[in-house]
Amino acid sequence: MTHRKIDRISRRAFLGTTAAVTGALAAPGLLRAEAAGVKVGLVHPVTGWGAYSGNQCRQGALMAIADINAAGGIKSLGGAKLEGLLADSQSKPDVGASETARLIEGGAMGIVGGYASSISLATTQEAAKTNTPHVVDVGVSYKIVKRGLPNVFRFGPGYTKIAQFAVDNLATINAAAGNPAKTAMIIHEDSAFGTGTAKVLSGKLPEKGIEVIEIIPHGTPTRDFTNIALQIKSKKPDIIIPADYYNEYVLLARTMRQQRIEAKAIYSVLGGAASSYKFVKEFPDAAEYIMDCNHWFNPLDEGAQKRRAAAEAKGLFYTYEIYLTYNAVMLLADAVERAGSTDNEAVIAALASSTWSKHGMPYGPTRMVNGQNQGAQPVNTQVLNGDIEVILPAEFASAKVVFPRPS
Amino acid sequence: MDFSILMPSILNGITTGALYALVALGLTLIYGVLHIINFAHGALLMLALYGVYYLNRLFGLDPYWSLLIVPPAMFVLGYALQRFVIARASHGRDENILLVTLGLAIVIENLALFFFRSDTQVVNTPYAFDVVEVMGAFLPYPKVVAFFAALATATALWALMTRTDLGRAIRALAKERKGARLVGIDVEHIFAVSFGIGVGVLGIAACLLMPSYYVSPQVGNGFVLIAFTIVVLGGMGSFAGALIGGIVIGVVEAVGGLMLGESLGQIGIFLIFILILLFRPQGIMGHQA
Repeated sequence: MTHRKIDRISRRAFLGTTAAVTGALAAPGLLRAEAAGVKVGLVHPVTGWGAYSGNQCRQGALMAIADINAAGGIKSLGGAKLEGLLADSQSKPDVGASETARLIEGGAMGIVGGYASSISLATTQEAAKTNTPHVVDVGVSYKIVKRGLPNVFRFGPGYTKIAQFAVDNLATINAAAGNPAKTAMIIHEDSAFGTGTAKVLSGKLPEKGIEVIEIIPHGTPTRDFTNIALQIKSKKPDIIIPADYYNEYVLLARTMRQQRIEAKAIYSVLGGAASSYKFVKEFPDAAEYIMDCNHWFNPLDEGAQKRRAAAEAKGLFYTYEIYLTYNAVMLLADAVERAGSTDNEAVIAALASSTWSKHGMPYGPTRMVNGQNQGAQPVNTQVLNGDIEVILPAEFASAKVVFPRPS
Repeated sequence: MDFSILMPSILNGITTGALYALVALGLTLIYGVLHIINFAHGALLMLALYGVYYLNRLFGLDPYWSLLIVPPAMFVLGYALQRFVIARASHGRDENILLVTLGLAIVIENLALFFFRSDTQVVNTPYAFDVVEVMGAFLPYPKVVAFFAALATATALWALMTRTDLGRAIRALAKERKGARLVGIDVEHIFAVSFGIGVGVLGIAACLLMPSYYVSPQVGNGFVLIAFTIVVLGGMGSFAGALIGGIVIGVVEAVGGLMLGESLGQIGIFLIFILILLFRPQGIMGHQA
């Protein structure tokens, strides 16, 4: 009898221990869920083709969490600290979705991610299954906020607005110079962001008197851009419009230089590198005079400049991934603060009614309509004398545009 | 399609293909001769590229001078990996080798991510934007150098395999391991030397690739599939085949990109691959079994 009892206890202990160890190994996030605090899921592509940008996003998010906690945490929840649950989408939408589900099961009250449009579409859809608030940091596809998912919010602008803004400002710049540019070529990566941006641009540029003579899509990664450069050289467009991720943009810019391509302007729209301090530092000659219509912080905002200094002190280039994700986390934290709760419905309602303004972006206070921040807008930048200057809108400008680019 | 850019595109395809061939030359020795499916080939290329990058960044060493350091270092690494990791962990079973090299690739990539971060790094050289004008085409100087280096490397490997005792030992090992051991060949040593040579050739490829490309922890992935395709296309174990296969792939990629668009142009590579498998399964330079 005693023997049987010992056996039974032993088996239970064995099963319990095994379950605990297996659980801990399989879901380390669950262990963290036991700690007090508000858990925010951060889903980014920190490996795979988007690794550079994904890591920048993660750094921005962690900076925001550190700043919130240093300032006393979520005060309406008794100073609860924010805890980032990290996940790697491996630059794949399906992995992004499964990681989102894992983080939600692990206690994440909200999700911030997923950098690329294609990944963001998957992570938001997964979060919608449990109505978990999801703030998209960078993804620009219009579909992200057009599917009627009440849990999805985007702090930054979508590509429809960015492309319209880019076309309007290109027309303004061209007109001010006496309309020297008549033709354009669009070079874009062929996933949701690049294809969508190119489609909007090619529809709107002719309305401004600029004919789109060729649209060239390419994959990510692309190992060689010589073919594309040869086509540009052959067509001789006045304006070259790239819409690419960082690595491809660098290769394209280098190849255009090798092939001695001259154009009146390189006018990137969401160009992965043209608004990057890293690109400007590493390729000062190739970068000079390139214009970009992209996410950018308000250079006149003291808070934004402080954050730039903080990022640079960590050895990071202050790229759009950092400040967009920083602000996405801040926006979510502000909603939790005002909701005084981590309940999904309460946080979603707080996000929907957000008027947050401490973002240091050229946006004005947030105003969400169907999950999209209406004030979000890009700016036009240009690389001048080895630095990135804002040239439009005028109220945020730090320099005057140089167009056409000097030969 | 604009036919005026057809010739420059083909010439560019040839030089780009030579770069692919350089990556594939090491693989054709490891995969084609030793029959080791080395999934870590891309990760090892990435390590070699970081070697070139850091030699430039820390000591200002030009990538071409790195040819004196990186390939020998990669040879030692390859030798050690085969002798002390792959051979021991796989116990001579092919399916284990496959898993071990796959595991190595994951470990190397993640270690690179940890130590080097995910930033894309480039080397700026004074000749990065220099070009050689051939028939109206501007061929980047680093690619022209890579083309001739690929020819030289393929010739050197061919000479090594056919004109030296080491080459004969490697070929004996590839054909009949037990027989090789019976005639006094140190099988484990020669296996490791062969693997080391294959990895060392990756070091050459890295020195020639770096002036016109970039390095990040994921950079090798873009070359692995192409390299395996070239090895099968050229004929398993044939260095001339790898060279021709690389150039064929480069030209098909370039012309396919022109005719079908850059996104769709890649399918040309795999169409050629399927056609070769259907009508010449031993590859362009391979021999019928």
